[in-house]
Amino acid sequence: MKLTGAEIIWECLQKEGVDVVFGYPGGAILPTYDAMTKYPKIHHVLVRHEQGATHMADGYARASGKVGVAIATSGPGATNMVTGIATAMMDSSPIVCITGQVGSKAIGTDAFQETDVTGVTLPITKHNYLVTKPGDIARAIREAFYIAKSGRPGPVLVDITKDAQQMTAEFDWEGAAPRLPGYRPSYHAPMSEYARAADLINSAKRPLILAGQGILKSGTTAEVLALAKKAGIPITTTLLGLGVIPASSPLNLGMMGMHGEAWVNQAIQQADLLIALGMRFDDRVTGNLKTYALNAKKIHVDIDPTEINKNVPVDVALIGDLREVLALIEPQVKKGTHSDWWTSINAQRGDAAVRDIQALPDSGHLYAAHVINDLWRLTQKRDTIVVTDVGQHQMWEAQYYRHEKPRSLITSGGLGTMGFALPAAIGAKFACPDKDVWVVVGDGGFQMTSCELATAEQEGIKVNVAIINNSFLGMVRQWQEFFYDKRYAATPMTGPDFVKLAEAYRLKGLRCNQRGDVKSTVEKTLATKGTVVIDFVVEKEDSVFPMVPAGADLDKMIRRPKQDVMLEAGSDKDWEMPAASAAPVKTSATPRGRGKTLPVAKKAARPALRKSNRR
Amino acid sequence: MAKHTLIAYVEDVPGVLNRISSLFRRRNFNIDSLTVGRTEQTGVSRLTVVVEATDAGARIVEANLYKLVNVLRVDDLTHKSALMRELGLVKVKVTPQTRAQVLQLVEVFRARVVDVDEETLVIEVTGTPEKIGKFELVLRPYGIVEIVRTGAVAMARGSALLSSAPPLVRTDTSADHGNDDSGLSMSV
Repeated sequence: MKLTGAEIIWECLQKEGVDVVFGYPGGAILPTYDAMTKYPKIHHVLVRHEQGATHMADGYARASGKVGVAIATSGPGATNMVTGIATAMMDSSPIVCITGQVGSKAIGTDAFQETDVTGVTLPITKHNYLVTKPGDIARAIREAFYIAKSGRPGPVLVDITKDAQQMTAEFDWEGAAPRLPGYRPSYHAPMSEYARAADLINSAKRPLILAGQGILKSGTTAEVLALAKKAGIPITTTLLGLGVIPASSPLNLGMMGMHGEAWVNQAIQQADLLIALGMRFDDRVTGNLKTYALNAKKIHVDIDPTEINKNVPVDVALIGDLREVLALIEPQVKKGTHSDWWTSINAQRGDAAVRDIQALPDSGHLYAAHVINDLWRLTQKRDTIVVTDVGQHQMWEAQYYRHEKPRSLITSGGLGTMGFALPAAIGAKFACPDKDVWVVVGDGGFQMTSCELATAEQEGIKVNVAIINNSFLGMVRQWQEFFYDKRYAATPMTGPDFVKLAEAYRLKGLRCNQRGDVKSTVEKTLATKGTVVIDFVVEKEDSVFPMVPAGADLDKMIRRPKQDVMLEAGSDKDWEMPAASAAPVKTSATPRGRGKTLPVAKKAARPALRKSNRR
Repeated sequence: MAKHTLIAYVEDVPGVLNRISSLFRRRNFNIDSLTVGRTEQTGVSRLTVVVEATDAGARIVEANLYKLVNVLRVDDLTHKSALMRELGLVKVKVTPQTRAQVLQLVEVFRARVVDVDEETLVIEVTGTPEKIGKFELVLRPYGIVEIVRTGAVAMARGSALLSSAPPLVRTDTSADHGNDDSGLSMSV
């Protein structure tokens, strides 16, 4: 069957089971848009900026587990996709981006809207293609989908010249099967490594499972829980691992890392065995690598061999699909309870574990944590996906919204992309039209991609946008408060009247600045047809606690100040910077290196400085 | 840190060298030399990469090379019995007084003179990178006009099989490559 290149693109998308694409037309991709009218089964969502298209494809992929598709034109259309592609790369999200390219004869001539997009995206894609002949399109797209979703998933870009879209070629789907002799999506660990891993698990006194997004990607929540239950091993999750283990599971200690639970970070430092499942020891979860979990042997399970020994040297590496690894290891693991270890963890957990801010008296202030915790209470019975942006609200969401199911939280973890939430939520809504989709976003990040409200309005979809508005770039402000003596350079921020902005887009806008109004505002939002934007006007200078300063030891956390009204009743008694000898950890860091990053050293130094100034 | 010599077989497709050099730059691997050329199989190129790395670092380099879709297989020859060769062309200044001395050095290094004029000689020298470095050193006092080195190429001695998977991975996984119908079989 002879078809134009453009038609071949749509045939391939249809064969791959694509039902929605997110895109923006332009000169070099026009033949493809023209052919789109012949393929009404695929719904095209017109975005307002190509970055939004990639985030939508990403959100769609993360919510559904399927491959998300974004389309853009050459030059600026394609370069606008860069942030979204890099975001998908860092968080292993399967998306396929199709970009138009100038005619093959014009390549290299600096033609109008020409950019070397395969060159630009080379380091931020799993793989990419430049296609100059219509006969090569089908194979490139088939391979792109196969690469994007297999092994460790990731973004793949296919750049197709305008003439390749216009010319005709034989469309042979079967003949275009992937031919990738060098591509190895899956590996298998040697059986000897399983025996070593089982020995380590069976002899450990203080084991801990570090649960990452790999569990979500491999769909092994039940298997991980079974293993943990059998051997009595507590579980902690990464940010992207939130939801893969139900928050309500007694085995789940909560989140680790920079803004993780204090007792979790202590437990990591005290553990004698870390079992890392589909996580990659990001610097935000390890803190200072030189002092990270020095008491622990490490077993690292990952599908990507390049992750092994990248940041943390491990004792046993099990490279392969988590499902296979867990199936092989589970029979070798002995039953256990580790009751002493649990007792010790629970003692550290204390009252702080409750995190029940419901009981706090209403001080008249509205805190972001209140909003998020109330939002959780009001939406937990509904099938809800929360999509967060990046910053303080993202961490509060991670702490105060209790995720029970995989894929119920979508957030930009690795790249930390502000502006991610709204477009990703729109993508998630297309993937799961029957679920409630909530956007939790700061006033800064929201303003980066708020133009996509128009997309939501035009598509007639409902996403609920909760802007946590503190009139600051909050996380940066917090760093300035802690580490730059409160010099708030370029962090105070104004914004539009978000209610009027919503109304300008013909959407409903609501404002809430009191704790008592949160419930009614959320209820009103849920009852409204169509997208709603809520402006939650919260405390301006609240901070996220606990916090491990960047590069500091994992158990050296800044705790919430005692006088803070947000302090959980009866908990966090010793909020001050922990003394250097707080945990039984061998440390090789020089005192100078450590002191530098810790604010307590600064606080101690400050009075002396003032004294000398007076003289 | 030591020099590690890695051999990579790659599909001969546009941009593949760019992918490899981009990987080294992005991951902050320190390349000493990189050479590429055709192999006994059409459609397959062979790279020899010399990197400055620890043993653990070299394993990460190897795993990252395997991660590139166009890379067929990688072997670290560092701790294996292997031949390493490089070719250098050296243009050196000579005078009637020094010519004989230089020719003597050429003899000692088993090099060849490939061009002669009144003021210069062009000498072709092959051998290990160390030998070429030494040759350059001894010629320096005479005045080196220009020098070009190809970078090292390497080959394992004997009939030992090359590895076909990244470190720490079971190697009997040919069944994984279900779609390997391209004729680019790399079995040796």
